[in-house]
Amino acid sequence: MNPSLDKYFVPEPSKYPIFGSIALLLFGAGAVMWLNEVGPGPIVFFLGIAVLIYMLFGWFGQVVRESEGGKYGKRVDASFRWSMGWFIFSEVMFFAAFFGALFYIRVLSVPWLASGDNEALLWQGFTGNWPTAGPTAAETFTPMGAWGIPALNTLILLTSGATLTWAHHGLIKGRRDQLRNGLLMTILLGLTFLGFQIYEYFHAYADLNLRLTTGIYGSTFFMLTGFHGLHVTIGAIMLTVMFFRVQAGHFRPDHHFAFEATAWYWHFVDVVWLILFVVVYWL
Amino acid sequence: MAAVIPDQSHDHPHGPSGLMRWITTTNHKDIGTMYLIFSFIMFLAGGVMALAIRAELFQPGLQVVAPEFFNQLTSLHGLVMVFGAIMPAFVGFANWQIPLMIGASDMAFARMNNWSFWLLPPAAILLIGSFFVPGGATGAGWTLYPPLSIQMGMGMDMAIFAIHIMGVSSIMGAINIVVTILNMRAPGMTMMKLPLFCWTWLITAYLLIAVMPVLAGAVTMLLTDRHFGTSFFNAAGGGDPVLYQHVFWFFGHPEVYILILPAFGIISQIIPTFARKPLFGYASMVYATASIAVLSFIVWAHHMFTTGMPVTGQLFFMYATMLIAVPTGVKVFNWVATMWRGSMSFESPMLWATGFIFVFTMGGFTGLICAIAPIDIQIHDTYYVVAHFHYVMVAGSLFALFGGAYYWLPKWTGRMPDERIGKLHFWCSMVSFNITFFPLHFLGLAGMPRRVPDYALQFADFNAIATVGAFGFGLSQLIFLWVIVKAARGEGQPAAARAWENADGLEWTVPSPAPHHTFEEAPVVR
Repeated sequence: MNPSLDKYFVPEPSKYPIFGSIALLLFGAGAVMWLNEVGPGPIVFFLGIAVLIYMLFGWFGQVVRESEGGKYGKRVDASFRWSMGWFIFSEVMFFAAFFGALFYIRVLSVPWLASGDNEALLWQGFTGNWPTAGPTAAETFTPMGAWGIPALNTLILLTSGATLTWAHHGLIKGRRDQLRNGLLMTILLGLTFLGFQIYEYFHAYADLNLRLTTGIYGSTFFMLTGFHGLHVTIGAIMLTVMFFRVQAGHFRPDHHFAFEATAWYWHFVDVVWLILFVVVYWL
Repeated sequence: MAAVIPDQSHDHPHGPSGLMRWITTTNHKDIGTMYLIFSFIMFLAGGVMALAIRAELFQPGLQVVAPEFFNQLTSLHGLVMVFGAIMPAFVGFANWQIPLMIGASDMAFARMNNWSFWLLPPAAILLIGSFFVPGGATGAGWTLYPPLSIQMGMGMDMAIFAIHIMGVSSIMGAINIVVTILNMRAPGMTMMKLPLFCWTWLITAYLLIAVMPVLAGAVTMLLTDRHFGTSFFNAAGGGDPVLYQHVFWFFGHPEVYILILPAFGIISQIIPTFARKPLFGYASMVYATASIAVLSFIVWAHHMFTTGMPVTGQLFFMYATMLIAVPTGVKVFNWVATMWRGSMSFESPMLWATGFIFVFTMGGFTGLICAIAPIDIQIHDTYYVVAHFHYVMVAGSLFALFGGAYYWLPKWTGRMPDERIGKLHFWCSMVSFNITFFPLHFLGLAGMPRRVPDYALQFADFNAIATVGAFGFGLSQLIFLWVIVKAARGEGQPAAARAWENADGLEWTVPSPAPHHTFEEAPVVR
C-alpha cells in the first residue's frame, strides 16, 4: 500500500451509473409488460439484464483496476469495510421480512383462522395444523422433509464455509496454491448445493405436489428457499470472480478486501441457511 | 469551532461538459443540486395531484374527477411526496452539506452517489407513467394494502417496481452517508463535535438501511400474490391480509422518522445561529434522536388498532408510542431553551424554524391523541389522521426543508435569499397551511372518512375552507421558486463566507458559493 495516499480517492466522472439506471428502468418496465402481456415484455426485460451485465462488468472492472493500481489508501479500504457490513445488514433485514411473515403466519394468523368466529362461520373444520395450504385447499401435498437433501445441503454449506476460511488463510500466508484450491472447492460445494436445490424443487413439483401455489406453506417455502438460493447464486458468482482474479495474480496478503467481502457474504448466506433449515424444513 | 483552512485551488469541474457533466458527475455538490431540483419537481407534481383532490372536495357530490381517478390521485400524491419529494430533498441536503460540515473532500463513494440519484428518474417515470397505462395508476392508497392492491391493473406493478428501484437508491444513498460520516471526518472532528444535522442523518441512514429492505420484501410478496399464485395475503390459502400491514408498517413507522429526523437536524442548525447561542443540550439532542430511532421499531401496529388485534397488543403499541413523546419533548424543550434569552433575529430561515416548532408541536400532540387506542378507533381513517400527518410532514419536514434551503442558499448560490420575498413566502405558506389543514381536524372528529371523493352535506363548509387554503398554499410555493431562481441567477446581495452573523461550522469557512472542490486537504478541527 502506498503510504503517500493520505488523500481520499475521489473517482473521475463515470458513465456506468447511468447505464445501471437505464438497465433497471428496462428491467422494471419489461417485467411489468411481460407480467401483463402488453408489448414486447421479455425483449425489454432481457435487454435490461444485458445492460445491467455490461454495467456490472465495466464498473467492477474499473474498481478492480483502481484497486490493483494502488489508488485506494487505508481510508478507502475502511470505507469498503463499513459499507459491506451495512450492505449485509440490509440483506439481513430483507430476509427478516420473509422470516417475520413466516413466524406471523405460523404462530398467529393460521391459529386465528382455525379458531373462534373464523372457524365457526367461515372455515368449518379447518384445523390450522402446520404445514397447511389454507382452509380452501382442495389437494393434499407432502411437506419437504428435513433429513434428506436439506440436511446434506447444510453439511455442504458448512463445509464450504470452512474451505473458504482455509483459502483465506492461504492468501494471508502467501500460499497461492492453498488459496486457489480452497476457493475452487468452495465454488464446487456452492454449485453442488445449488444443484441439489434445483433437484429438490423438481422433486417437490413432480412427487410431492408441492408448488408455489400450494397455499401459504408453498408460498413461504419457495419464497424463503428461493431468495436464499438466489443469494447463493450471487455468492457463487462473486467467488468465481475472486477465483479468476486469483488466477490473474490479484490480491496481496495485506490488500484483498474484495476477497474478504465475498467471504463475509458467503458466511452470511450460510447463516441464513441454518435458520432456514431449522424453521422452514425441520420444525 | 476553529479550523485551519488550506488554500482552495482549482475551482472548476473537469470532465465532460453540458448534459454529460450532470449525468456522469461524481461531485457531491452537483449530485446534491440534482437531488434538490428533482425533489422540487416532484413536489410540484405531487402538489398538483393534491390540488386536484382538494378541487374535487370543494363541494359535496362528484364534480371534477371520476372516483377511480380520485383514488389514483390520493395514492400517487402520497407515494410521490414521500418517496419523490421529501426523501430526495433531505438526501440533497445531505449531499451538499455533510461533506462540507465534516470537512471531507466528497462522499465516501462518489460514483455510487451518482447512481443513487440517477435511479430516481427511472423510478419517477414508472410511478408517474402509471397514470397513462390501461387501468391507470394504483388506487390502493400509498400504503398499497391488499386485497385491493392485489386487484389493481398494471399501474400497480409499475408502482411496485418503482418502489424497488427507489429502495435500491435509498439503501445505497444511506450506506454512503453512514460511511461518509463514520470514516471521512476531518481530524479532530469527534463524534460529539459532529454538527447535529450530520448526527440526525447518520441515524436516519441507519433507519433507511434497516427498513427499506423490509418494504422491498412487502411489495415483493404483493407481486407474487398478484402474478405467481402465492397466498401470503389471501386467507383462503392460509395467509392473512393483515400480515401485509404488519410488514408494511414495520417499514412505515421508521419511515416517518426518516422523514422527520433530518428536519430536526436542520432546525438544530438554524436556531443557534439566529438565537446567537450554542444549542442547548447538544448531547441530549443526540441521545433523543437515537432513542426515537430505537423506539420507532416497536410502535408500528399503532397504525392498525382497528384490525382486530388482541387488546394486549393494542396496549403495548399504545404505551410504546406514547413513549416517543418523551425524546421528542426533549428536542422541543431544547430548541425553546436555546432561544431563551437569546439575541434573536428573524431572518427567513429563523422564521421557518420557529414556525416549524409551533406547527410541528401541534402535529406531535395530535399524534399523541392518535396513539391512544380507544380514541384512535374512533378517528381511524378519518380526516383527523390526514390532518395529523400533514401537520408533521408538511409543517414538520417541509417547513424544515424550506428553512434549510434559505439557510444554506448563500452557500449554494453565493447570494443571500431575498428577505422581502422570503418573508412573504413564509407568511403566505404558514397562514394558508393552517387554513388548509386545521379544519381537517374538525372534519375528522365529526367522522368524515378519508380517501372518499364525496361526502355528506354537513362537512361542506370546512371542506370549502380547506380547498381555498390548499390553493393558497400551492400558489405560495411559486414564491419560493422565485427566491431560488433569483439567487441561482446571481441576483441579490452577495454572500460572505460566513453568510449569517453567528453561523458556526466548517461549511461557513469555505467561500460562498462553495467552490467545486472543497477540503481536498482536510481541515483540522480543534
